[in-house]
This record gives sequence, structure tokens and C-alpha cells, in this order.
Amino acid sequence: MGKKRTIRTIPQQRAPMPEQPVEQRVKNFTEVACGFSVADTLKEAERCLLCPDEPCIAGCPVGINIPGFIQKLGQKDFRSAYDIITQTNLLPAICGRVCPQESQCEKVCTVGDTLEPVAIGRLERWVGDTAIAEGWVNVPDIEPSRFKIGIVGSGPAGMACAADMAKAGCDVTVYEAFHQAGGVLKYGIPDFRLPNTIVDAEIDNLRKLGVKFECNTLVGRLFTIEQMRGEMGFDAVFIGTGAGYPSMLGIPGDSLNGVLSANELLTRCNLMRAKEFPGYDTPLIMGHRVVVIGAGNTAMDAMRVSLRLGAEKVSCVYRRSRTECPARAEEVHHAEQEGIEFHWLTNPVEILDDGNGGVRGMRCVRMELGEPDDSGRRRPVAVTGSEHELETDLVVFAIGTNANPIIGQTSKLKLNKRGYIETDDNLATSMVGVFAGGDIVTGAATVIEAMGAGRKAACSMKAYLRIRDVNRGYADAGDSIGQFFGLALSEQNFARVRVA
Amino acid sequence: MVERASFEITGREDFSEVTYSLVVHHPLMAKAANPGQFVIVMSHEAGERIPLTIADFDRHEGTVTLVVQAVGKTTREMQQTCKVGTRLYALVGPMGLPSRIGHAKKVVCAGGGLGVAPVFPQARGFKESGAYVIGVLGFRSKNLIFWSDKFSACCDELIICTDDGSAGIKGFVSDGIKRAIERHTGIDEVVAIGPPMMMKACVETTRPHAIKTIVSLNPIMVDGTGMCGGCRVKLGNEVKFACVDGPDFDGHKVDFADLTTRLRRYTEQEKLALQRWSDTCRMKEPLVSGGRNVAATPPHPPATELLELPDPFEDVRGG
Repeated sequence: MGKKRTIRTIPQQRAPMPEQPVEQRVKNFTEVACGFSVADTLKEAERCLLCPDEPCIAGCPVGINIPGFIQKLGQKDFRSAYDIITQTNLLPAICGRVCPQESQCEKVCTVGDTLEPVAIGRLERWVGDTAIAEGWVNVPDIEPSRFKIGIVGSGPAGMACAADMAKAGCDVTVYEAFHQAGGVLKYGIPDFRLPNTIVDAEIDNLRKLGVKFECNTLVGRLFTIEQMRGEMGFDAVFIGTGAGYPSMLGIPGDSLNGVLSANELLTRCNLMRAKEFPGYDTPLIMGHRVVVIGAGNTAMDAMRVSLRLGAEKVSCVYRRSRTECPARAEEVHHAEQEGIEFHWLTNPVEILDDGNGGVRGMRCVRMELGEPDDSGRRRPVAVTGSEHELETDLVVFAIGTNANPIIGQTSKLKLNKRGYIETDDNLATSMVGVFAGGDIVTGAATVIEAMGAGRKAACSMKAYLRIRDVNRGYADAGDSIGQFFGLALSEQNFARVRVA
Repeated sequence: MVERASFEITGREDFSEVTYSLVVHHPLMAKAANPGQFVIVMSHEAGERIPLTIADFDRHEGTVTLVVQAVGKTTREMQQTCKVGTRLYALVGPMGLPSRIGHAKKVVCAGGGLGVAPVFPQARGFKESGAYVIGVLGFRSKNLIFWSDKFSACCDELIICTDDGSAGIKGFVSDGIKRAIERHTGIDEVVAIGPPMMMKACVETTRPHAIKTIVSLNPIMVDGTGMCGGCRVKLGNEVKFACVDGPDFDGHKVDFADLTTRLRRYTEQEKLALQRWSDTCRMKEPLVSGGRNVAATPPHPPATELLELPDPFEDVRGG
């Protein structure tokens, strides 16, 4: 390793992420951030101090051994870097792209106290992309446990849970209502941020672990959670169906034809490929002047998709200020670069009819920030007499989601007041052997949080099924820690007890 | 476990030049389906997701029946490609809340045009629960009548209406309902399914008599699971999603003007897609059929003719 690194000796600047030029990228759906080169990766890996506190590991919802994999990158041992990441996260190519690293691992990075933090997300993405390009897969030596696990929803929570249960030797089936697996990673996040090919590659990795995907299956309606636990013979079930029931604006004009949810816009464009209409059959009407209400990641996606579909002008209307904006910093930055106009502290009050069932404009009021509310953010208050009109012909609302009602309608699972599934701290629901996690428990959150929940639920499931290797990574089988009385841990697992 | 669904088309019947039924293999769905529910179909990988009401299901055979009217590009294309032995690319369901077959003693089950098909499982359901069922079926003319035999088997009374008077009484479905109301007292419930204009007329017919009227709405959908909000409908001041809160709603509360406007959202694109498909498919046809003559389906008329079909929303309404 040579001389010990210090904050003075490491490269002071972050390796910049190569990006498609703005004028070019607003016309295509190819990824904006092109990814690090090997040189970038090696240079950035040098910036990690390998500090003893390792705050980044605690900052990661799935607890990736971040210094560990960065060290391997520095040693040009790329395969080992991949092995380390996949001990805890099977989907590095996805997480490296969509995690809000600046509020997780990179936020607590020691280097970040003085300089810009290590670009952990970019490094993780490079490892994930390299693994896909090289065809690396870590199929662990799985020992069948004879347990049958059913997973409802193939989004990030379901995928993470499926991976862990498959690694524990279970027979895992993932059910998805759409015709393609991937959930929000497919229908929600656009190609220029997370290409569907990457999602498919990661899903293929899960298939190699033995996970089965059953699409076109609406659980609750085709069969119920009770039936899964009963006649279908699943020893445990995980529900990760997502929040997905868009909140309505509740203002006059919100059912006009030029008003749609960001979910609808994104699904039509990403999953149904309306951007290739009429080659693909699903249509999508694009406006000339698009207004998106809300400033989360979904709103950013909706705006940037609109731009690429040919909108002349795209604006964002958000009732709070930029400081409170919930989107990832990088997304806001990209949106601004691409010429999105931001109207901070602005709230819509009415969408105006063009006389033909469409939209001609939107009436807004200006807001100012008052006292902090329950969320700790300063509550926006309308400024009297500040009404004004914005010209628009397409209004997209991205103001959050409510609980999807299907599982509640079709099972006896206990729900909370807001309709989300109630769980204990271990993500166990009111029904024995049924666990839930992700947006259907917490309300809308991020991909990595959903994955964290999926892994946590898997952990509880293993405890429930008396599978002993809870928290055991699969790469440590040869370690000395894996030995007890001369027996490998994997051998001890023969003593698994099946509970009724 | 039930046999795995293949989405194979095991039966097909052409009722007229534009309406046809498909019987699809899906044992689990046949087992789970209830009256009033619907499915979403994709005929091929690049296709759109279209909602179609389940017109019948056979738990023994493991099949569900869908009735389709060829109006738009997708339904026209399906008319050509969905032959017995072929498979649908995707079929998901049963979706939506099942109809409430309550304890009504006397009900009217009214279907207009393609809406005749989805009202059938409800008529049968009411009959099985012991109700006196009056069927009211409306068609444009005699040659478009289908399933009257199926209805005769489960209705205590059957009123056929045709727009041109070529069979049954001359008039619309609402006229049939009016006749049923005149003849009977104590009608507990009316179920009306059909194009929005027809349902609106039925609702207006029963409103003065304060008879509970259930309509089945089928607006434009994408996922059908409550995720996109495209199918939102207005009921008084409330906004509901037809896919998860419906598709059955209290007809007296439904804002039909809003429904019709929202159904027109993609009219331009629908025309474009149909025109484009119509222009290209005639050249493609011999290639698809591999040189053999595909006599089973009638050659489709040119697009100009297609665009003048009586009710452009009947295909959206589905069947």
C-alpha cells in the first residue's frame, strides 16, 4: 500500500463524471452520465482515506463495505471489488445510479469534512457496469432449504428480498402485475437515468440465483395473500407492492385532458415506449409548454422526459423553496442544465380550461415560508394578492402517492390509518409468515430504502423460518470465522428446522 | 396448483364484421374471476395495454371469454391476428372490484352493443342468487344480435331493442328499461353496461323512479392497478380510479360529460395509428400468412371507412 494516505496527499478534486453534452442529450434518451473510465475509477479510488471509523458503511441503508471495495479498486482487483459489493447488494449498477448518495454514504464520508466526499456512487456504478460487461455473476454455493418464498412485486424491495432468500437456499417466486419485471425501475425511472437494459441485466442475475419471475400476475385479485400462505404452500410471503396510487391535486380543472400524473407519463414513455409511437402502440400527448407540479425525483424525471419528447418549454412549480426540494441534487442540477425553468415558492390554485376539455393555463399563487411544520420544514404560506397565470397546455402532477388499495381490499392484513400495511420493527405484518417493506409500508421513498427494507424483511423471514445463516454473507464460507469446531458454517446449516 | 396459463386462444366467434369473441386459456383466472371484473390485454410486445371486461368465464374448462369490437388499431389488428391456437402476449386480471350481487329480488340487466357481453355474468350471477332477472339488450340492427340464447337461459324475461326496429322493439336500451319499469313494480336494481351515451340515457331513465342503477365504467387505462391515475372518473365531487375503486359505480353520481371528454384524450393519436397501420398492413399481409390465403378473417375496409364507425368509444368501452 505504500505511504499512508492523508487528506493532503489524496487527489483534492473529485474525478468529474463524463456527461453527454446538454444540447445533444435533450434530444435523446441515452444516459446522461456516461460513467467513469478505468482511469477515473483508479484516481477516485485513491481519494478514500480508508479511515478506521468507516462512517460510510453506517450511512448506507444496506451496509455495503464501502472502504473494502474501494481498496480493491485501488489495487486493480476489480473482481474482488464486485465480490465485496455483492455480499450486501446484488444490484450495484442500479444503486450506483439512483441512490441519493449525497444524503447517505457520501454525506458522512470523512473526506467530505474537508474536501468533496469520495464519489462512492460513481465507483459503485462502475463496478456494476463492469460486472455486466464482463459477465460476472456471483452465484453462491446455494444449499437448498426446501422453503418456498413468495414475493409480491418485482420492484427494488422485492428484488432485494428475493436475492437474499435465494441465497439462503429458498425456492423464490416473484409476482409482478406488469408484463415485465422491474417495477418502478422499469416503468418509473427513465432510460437516460437508468437504462432498462441495466435493469434487465440485474434481473437476469437474480434468475441465475434461481429466482423465478411470474409476470402478468395481480396478487390479491388472481389469488390472495391468504391463498399464498395456504393452498399455494408458500412458507413465507413478502409484500413489496409500492405506494403507487398518485395523489390528486384537488384543485379546479384537475381532471381536464391535459392533466396527468407523472406516473402515467413515465409509464407510457418508459415501459410502454410511447416515445417510439407509432412503432409502439401506446400514445402519449406531449404539450408545447409543460408544467410539472412537485420537485421530487419523479417530478425531475417527468420534466426531463417531456423535454426529450419535444416540449418547447418545461417548468417546475413547487410550493417550497429549493432548499426543501426532495430530489437528488444531481437530478436538479441536470434539470437546470437542460433548461428547465423552476418556479420555487409557487402553488397552483386552478388549471384553466381551453374550452375544449384541454388546458390553456394554470393559475398560481406565490408562497413564503412560515413556521416549521411536522416534517421540520418551514410551512409555505400563500402571499395575498400574488395570483398570476402560467401559460401551459400540459400539466403533470408529481406530488406524491398514497397507498395502493388492492392488497388491503383483498386480505385481512392490518393497515394503518393512511392505508399502508402495518408492520412491527422487523417488518412482520399482522399475518403470521407475511412480511412487507418498501413504499407500501413507509409511503413513497427511495429505491435504496426499499432495497434496505427488502433485505431487512429477508432477515426477519430467515429468523422466522429458523434459517440459521441470518446476516451471513455468502463469500465468507472459507473464512476462519466460518469455522466452528472444525466444521464449516455451511455444514451446520443441515440442522435447519422447519416450523409449521 | 392450477395449470399454468398459456394465454392461448382456444375459441373464437365472429358476431359481425366488427365484433368477435375470444376464449382464452387461463385456468387460475377462470377460477378467480367474478362478474363485473376486467382484464388488461396486450396482443404483442409492442402493443398497448387495453382493458376488456370479462364477458364469461368457465371454471371447468379454465377459460375466460372476452368480447372485442374492432374499431381502433389494436382491436383491428387483433381481429386479424388472434386466431384459435395463437397466444396473447400478455393477459392480466381479474382486475377491479367484483360486482355486488346482493339480495336484490328483481333486477334489470341492460347491455348496449358490445356492453351486452359484460352484463352477461351479472345476469347469470343474479339468477343464481335467486333474483327475477329482466334482460334488456340493445343492438343497432337484427344482424348484430349475439348471445340472445345465453341470456334467454338465465333471464326470466328478455327485451331486445334495435335502433332500426328490425328485431324486438324499435328503440334504445333506455326504451327497453322504460318498458320494464312500466310493466314491473318493485325493481330493486338496474345494471347498465354499454357506451357512455347509452349508460347516461339509462341512468336518466331510472333517476325519476329512484331505482339504484349500477354502471360499469371503462376509461382509458395503462396499468390497471391504480398506479397511473389515467382512469380517474368523477362521482359528484369525488375522484375515483375505475381500475381499483370500480369499475362499477352508482350511475346516478357519475359525471358522464367528464367521462366522455376524458375518453377523447387520444383521438388524434388513435386516428394516426389506425391510418398508419391500415396503410402498411395490406402490403405486409402475404408475408404474415406465409403465402397462404387467410380466409378466416374478412379483409378489412380502408381506414376512411373505419373512422366513420358509429361510436368511436365503443372499443374503449371494450365489451
